[in-house]
Amino acid sequence: MALTTYREAVRAGIRDALLKDPRVFLMGEDVGKYGGSYAVSKGLLAEFGPERIRDTPLSESTFVGAGIGAALGGMRPIVEVMTVNFSLLALDQIVNNAATIRHMSGGQFGIPLVIRMATGAGRQLAAQHAHSLEGWYAHIPGLRIVAPATLEDARGMLWTALEDPDPVIIFEHQTLYNMEGELPADAGAVDIDRAAVRRAGKDVSVITYGGTLGRTLDAAAALAREGVDAEVVDLRTLRPLDTDTILASVRKTHRAVIVDEGWKSGSLSAEIVARIVERAFYDLDAPVARVCSEEVPIPYPKHLEDAAVPQTPAVVAAVRETVGRRG
Amino acid sequence: MSDVTRDHGLRLLHDMLRIRRFEEKCAELYSAGKIRGFLHLYIGEEAVAVGAMQAFGPDDAIVATYREHGHALARGIPADRLMAEMYGKQEGCSRGRGGSMHVFDAATRFYGGNAIVGGGLPVAVGLALADSLERRPRVTACFFGDGAVAEGEFHESLNLAALWKLPVLFICENNLYAMGTRIERAQSQTDLAAKARVYRLSAESVDGMDVLAVEAAARRAAVAIRRGEGPAFLECRTYRFRAHSMFDAELYRDKAEVDGWKARDPIATFTAMLKAAGLANDAVLAALDVSVADEVEQAVQFAEAGTWEPVEHLRADVYGGV
Repeated sequence: MALTTYREAVRAGIRDALLKDPRVFLMGEDVGKYGGSYAVSKGLLAEFGPERIRDTPLSESTFVGAGIGAALGGMRPIVEVMTVNFSLLALDQIVNNAATIRHMSGGQFGIPLVIRMATGAGRQLAAQHAHSLEGWYAHIPGLRIVAPATLEDARGMLWTALEDPDPVIIFEHQTLYNMEGELPADAGAVDIDRAAVRRAGKDVSVITYGGTLGRTLDAAAALAREGVDAEVVDLRTLRPLDTDTILASVRKTHRAVIVDEGWKSGSLSAEIVARIVERAFYDLDAPVARVCSEEVPIPYPKHLEDAAVPQTPAVVAAVRETVGRRG
Repeated sequence: MSDVTRDHGLRLLHDMLRIRRFEEKCAELYSAGKIRGFLHLYIGEEAVAVGAMQAFGPDDAIVATYREHGHALARGIPADRLMAEMYGKQEGCSRGRGGSMHVFDAATRFYGGNAIVGGGLPVAVGLALADSLERRPRVTACFFGDGAVAEGEFHESLNLAALWKLPVLFICENNLYAMGTRIERAQSQTDLAAKARVYRLSAESVDGMDVLAVEAAARRAAVAIRRGEGPAFLECRTYRFRAHSMFDAELYRDKAEVDGWKARDPIATFTAMLKAAGLANDAVLAALDVSVADEVEQAVQFAEAGTWEPVEHLRADVYGGV
């Protein structure tokens, strides 16, 4: 075991991929000389050179599209987009090309491309750097969407994503980069198909992913002191959703709370509620609850930003209410 | 004309004529309800695809637009598989999934068919990046219209390709209209080669109604690109004789303008040139007409005999390996 940060774990995953497969290269804004806007790729330019660690101009649509073309041309590109808000400039390439070409070409052309981007609030970056649009991307057939919330997943999801024959978007929550913990020295690839039960419990299923996993686990610990035994499910993969793991948990606990930094309206959390209601309605002992971001653009001042996104006390309160409603 | 052999001249004529007749048939089939969706005809612009395609070999890649039947045929996608695609039959080159605007063919490295204006340029840059990284001496040909020049992706892509010296030939088919908007109403700088040169790549304008001029310019550009000189831009000045799509009443241009361009029909003028040079006579031309008509008729029969993809296959190929 070695002490590491999430940032170092992501970097180790990229480095490992560059060492293992000569077709892999990294490109994006300031990934080279600057070392990455979140310092993820620091040191990689010196080790791998400018052909494989490529600084791009501020042309999101074209460098993402170039990733698509390079994947079509046999490479295994990792494209870094600085934040999810900037990825909207590349939405045409992601949605109209990356997600469609396999189906539209009758299966002739696949796009084995990985796009990494930072997401989420918590660093007072306001409404153009702090949104959580994972749910939007998870709406799109043809894409695979993953959200590593642990050091193991930060280290191991990239390689599996690169081996996938289709475009995979990896969302790294920007509050996680400094998260520190122990990671086995031989940590490696992990699956990108299944949700994981991060804390087993019997009273309620709390379903979350990405930046809110830590807050949800904190809430579960607080609830345990009150005698409430919460099960915490980390979705890990947002598309395709691992519905089986969600339903198995809900059928065991008979109660569900969803914690999602996205907004409620037309959202991933709404989709999860729908699946539970469609397939486990008669297993429920209480209405399904949601803890999501307020329906506002994320504001700059800390007290307002904190109030806008799901925090531990809100999760605790929602779980208490759900558990209190005995059928 | 002096340096064109008889065989080559007749082949260029054949390739243009084949596109013309194929598309005339498509227009008929559209009226008959056999072809649906949007149908954008290339009629009038055949010299661009046929001339330019002479510069590329089987290892090169083609990225085209939603007005791409001409490129597909000139590149060597069989007419019958293209026609089956127009019908939406599973024998089509995209298995019927794409239709007129989304022609794909792995065998000829034909990467679409893209119905988002400008959407193909970044993909072409990426294909060329892969070749550059793998040290493959290939060229990616990227066709687009004057409308795409107004898109951000045009500017981003020319900049990135020039910055990284990538082997792309950007071929702009300037037919003067972005759907119904004439170039002067959309572009502050209507000299498109001048616009491209800003990105420090070699840029040339050529008469897109002259198949030999297009061929010569494309060959020159491709040779320079293969030598490692970086990307190039070729503006082909052309005109579409038909409406933008089958739903266009053509309120934005007058008949005199259309007739003026039709007098420069690339097929008629090239036919006259071949005859004047003694490279073709009426008997040869009549035989050419018959063989092209036969091929188109066989393509229609192939498409008619084609089959619908079973609905159970609907979800196939959203993801690989599933």
